[in-house]
Amino acid sequence: MATYYDPADLKKFGNIGEFQKEFADKFFAYYGAVFAEGALTAREKSLIALAVAHAVQCAYCIDAYTTDTLEKGCTEPEMMEAVHVAAAIRGGSTLVHGVQMMNKAKELSM
Amino acid sequence: MKSLKATGHQLADSAFQLTVLSREQAATAHLPRFHQKLAGAGLLPLRPVAPAVLQLNVGKMCNQVCKHCHVDAGPDRKEIMTRETMQLCLDALAQTDIPTVDLTGGAPEMNPDFRWLVAELSKLGRKILVRCNLTIIVANKKYHDLPEFFRQHGVEVVSSLPFYSADKTDRQRGDGVFADSIRALRLLNAVGYGQPGSGLVLNLVYNPAGAFMPGPQAGLERQFKQALSKDFGIVFNSLYAITNLPVSRFLDYLIESGNYAGYMEKLVTAFNPAAAAGVMCRDTLSVSWDGGLYDCDFNQMLDLPVASPGSRHIRDFDAATLAQRAIVVNEHCYGCTAGAGSSCGGTVA
Repeated sequence: MATYYDPADLKKFGNIGEFQKEFADKFFAYYGAVFAEGALTAREKSLIALAVAHAVQCAYCIDAYTTDTLEKGCTEPEMMEAVHVAAAIRGGSTLVHGVQMMNKAKELSM
Repeated sequence: MKSLKATGHQLADSAFQLTVLSREQAATAHLPRFHQKLAGAGLLPLRPVAPAVLQLNVGKMCNQVCKHCHVDAGPDRKEIMTRETMQLCLDALAQTDIPTVDLTGGAPEMNPDFRWLVAELSKLGRKILVRCNLTIIVANKKYHDLPEFFRQHGVEVVSSLPFYSADKTDRQRGDGVFADSIRALRLLNAVGYGQPGSGLVLNLVYNPAGAFMPGPQAGLERQFKQALSKDFGIVFNSLYAITNLPVSRFLDYLIESGNYAGYMEKLVTAFNPAAAAGVMCRDTLSVSWDGGLYDCDFNQMLDLPVASPGSRHIRDFDAATLAQRAIVVNEHCYGCTAGAGSSCGGTVA
């Protein structure tokens, strides 16, 4: 069945260099460096990635970083709290625009 | 929960496991065979180096029935090594300078001749490892003094603890296992195990509670140390991160949960030639409860004996013949060569 999101496509991510190798090589080198142990641990970065995956609603990234956080030894409560962080920021970003709405409403109203 | 053998499960038959692993299932038919990957890495045939570890599986009897167990061990398994076979192992060891003896099971402590064997090994002056499941220490009064017994004989203790919380541990190893493991770890700590400067080594084994691979060992060790110290005041030396191999009960889990093909593909994709060059079977010999010789404990459970026709039993142990053998490999071996590699001593690459 043809579908926009095929889980098997995730495994082909590394093939994007087939159409433009130079940028793909640079991207994957950068990607690897970003996720290495640094000022943040690889585990912390994985939880951030899991939250961002939900915020941008990337089905591939959710599969990839659910697996990655489990491999890094994260617990299910930690993983769900990361998703709530994403949800809170998304919800908050909607609500904080309510201030703009209020400002405009007040500007236009007697 | 019973063993696969006690329930008459198809996967209790090693020949059936090998059939499953041999890619006859359509979902994994496209994957390369392990020997092809080894050949590509220039490692076929896989040859042994000087043996560093003699691993004795002293029996399949265990007080636990873990969901991932490659031995299919449990209280209903009665196969245990006799003192006569143990003596043959001691005789073989005495002919060699193999520095380390690794005692495993089942729960090795349940073998009635376990303490005799440890005492005899001590006399040979070899380093002794015991793969202790922890809960055996608190399972029955007769085992409560095991930490002191281990200490007296300078035994290095290697213990499975799949996670530092009850939830994940009990899902894999059974209800109440985490709480009993913590009690046992405290008893080991109390006699000096894991304590800085004591010389008494306590290493833990992490293996994933599911169809995923272990992450980097150093990061996991850091987490385990922080959590076990903070929550329970427990200390230990090192954490070994071990990949679950698709054998016996873990193979059953993979198939039943629909994860078999995905897991095998992941292991194959993560094949690492450096890990393959350092696999434990190159410097380990494994002895089964009935004296058979194998390249590793996994081959033992799959009934794949060493390819040394003249030296397939500990009574016929011949170091020179064994040194000439090619190590027997099959599809389960992908578990030891994926990513950073996996062995009874953790990662290898």
